[in-house]
Amino acid sequence: MDEDAGSMQRIFNSGAGAIVTKSIGLKPRDGYLNPTVVELEHGILNAMGLPNSGIDFFKEELLELKKLNVPVIGSIFGKNEKEFVKLAEKIQQFGADAVELNLSCPHAKGYGLEVGSDTKLVKDITYKVKNKIEIPVFVKLSPNITNIIDIAKSAEAGNADAIVAINTVKAMKIDLELKMPVLSNKIGGYSGKAIKPIGIRCVYEISKNIDIPVIGVGGISTGEDAIEYFLAGASAVQIGSGIYYRGIEIFKFICDEIEKWMIKQGYNDLSEIIGAAHL
Amino acid sequence: MNYPKITKITKTTEETFNVKTLMFEYLGDITPGQFFMIWIPGIDEIPMSVSYLEKDIKGITFKKVGDATKALFELKKGDKIGVRGPYGNGFKIEGKKILLVAGGTGIAMIAPVAEEIFNKKISTSIILGAKNKDELFFENRLKKSDLEIYVTTDDGSKGFKGLATDLAKDLIKKNRFDSVLTCGPELMMKKLYEICLDISFQASLERYMKCGIGICGQCCVGKGLRVCKEGPVFDEKMLKNIEDFGIFKRNAAGIKIKF
Repeated sequence: MDEDAGSMQRIFNSGAGAIVTKSIGLKPRDGYLNPTVVELEHGILNAMGLPNSGIDFFKEELLELKKLNVPVIGSIFGKNEKEFVKLAEKIQQFGADAVELNLSCPHAKGYGLEVGSDTKLVKDITYKVKNKIEIPVFVKLSPNITNIIDIAKSAEAGNADAIVAINTVKAMKIDLELKMPVLSNKIGGYSGKAIKPIGIRCVYEISKNIDIPVIGVGGISTGEDAIEYFLAGASAVQIGSGIYYRGIEIFKFICDEIEKWMIKQGYNDLSEIIGAAHL
Repeated sequence: MNYPKITKITKTTEETFNVKTLMFEYLGDITPGQFFMIWIPGIDEIPMSVSYLEKDIKGITFKKVGDATKALFELKKGDKIGVRGPYGNGFKIEGKKILLVAGGTGIAMIAPVAEEIFNKKISTSIILGAKNKDELFFENRLKKSDLEIYVTTDDGSKGFKGLATDLAKDLIKKNRFDSVLTCGPELMMKKLYEICLDISFQASLERYMKCGIGICGQCCVGKGLRVCKEGPVFDEKMLKNIEDFGIFKRNAAGIKIKF
């Protein structure tokens, strides 16, 4: 629900504070053939293959959102710093309020994780992008690495304004009847309930080791899930698969649940609980 | 859970030279107008409306148009496919006198609607629109229900020569229909929608789909209406706010393609 202006407007009207776009590249991409999404027992497995209309076609959707005053975080993906810089400049020009560097897609050759697991590349890309644009730069990280703290530190060293953690967890589903992987790309990224403990751990470790804010994402479908991320050190959260579990109303539900929890626990301000688990 | 159930094809029927029906075991109730995601292993997974909806046997009827339907066309009895669904909302059947308008492969989705309406003893007229007599199917099937059947072909090789919408316009003038339900080429449905301004109207839209379960956003129309979830059937009130209707669809990359 992040591909066209109408959908993003609907999500915003459902109570989301801002919308992260589908990851946008320089050229149109169809993505992989179906099956691209399959529901599993404890989460959702997908390998969309970064389908997107390309930045020049996406301009129209961004301008439309700008007209409607919907805060937009433009997610972009590129092969190298040159591509990232070009995309960041354009997405700023088209009205994005912040840019998120997708350095973590687990299933697109030459993109995402393949760029985002190299500390030097992460620092250089972040630094170059940051130097060229005015809007805040977020760096989205993958849990599919052993050195997530080092990667987060590299992004911070590149002057990132925030870290977003985590992207999906690399995974596979094999069908027993057909004895073959279900996804056309075979390997995909796992999201939903099952990955929340992984996200919590990553956010906890990252926020303990860096000074810039962390945005938590991964398996959030209730207010309590969001609060757990806040306690781990997240200053904000993102929701994707949760829409499947609770419908588009999920944003309103979660805000209400967070508020209820805070009243019950005697908190007045969310900042009181951010990173509270570190103490 | 939205995981494909692997099932064997129990029967295949060639309806025309390029339209085929596949029957397979799949339990559950279906509202006419709902669809399945059909997985052709190793090829693709595509949305497909349900054309036969008995309790334990279901059927799909489709035309060879792309790689996926070509592969599906080649499948034989005993071959395995993956099926998940049913998805979407289906048609709401209301009123005492209903007009159904089916164009091309839209006949596949409208046929079970017609049978359901017939079973409810509601007076029904149905227009089957095809390019020519060789592309017409399900006429004999529908004759088993007591319906007023009209056939139109573009070249006049069978029935009324001309567009289904021309005949519909005529029928609407002469009769008082409570409701018009349609499935077919979008430009045909748009024209019909314009003809039916003061009659309750429902149209089934088709868009490129990926997840089928309302998360990916690929099939959204208007202000974030998901064809897989809020659709595929939309009524006149919703269609009024879907600026895409009859104007553009999106390809796999999300780029607008004009009709």
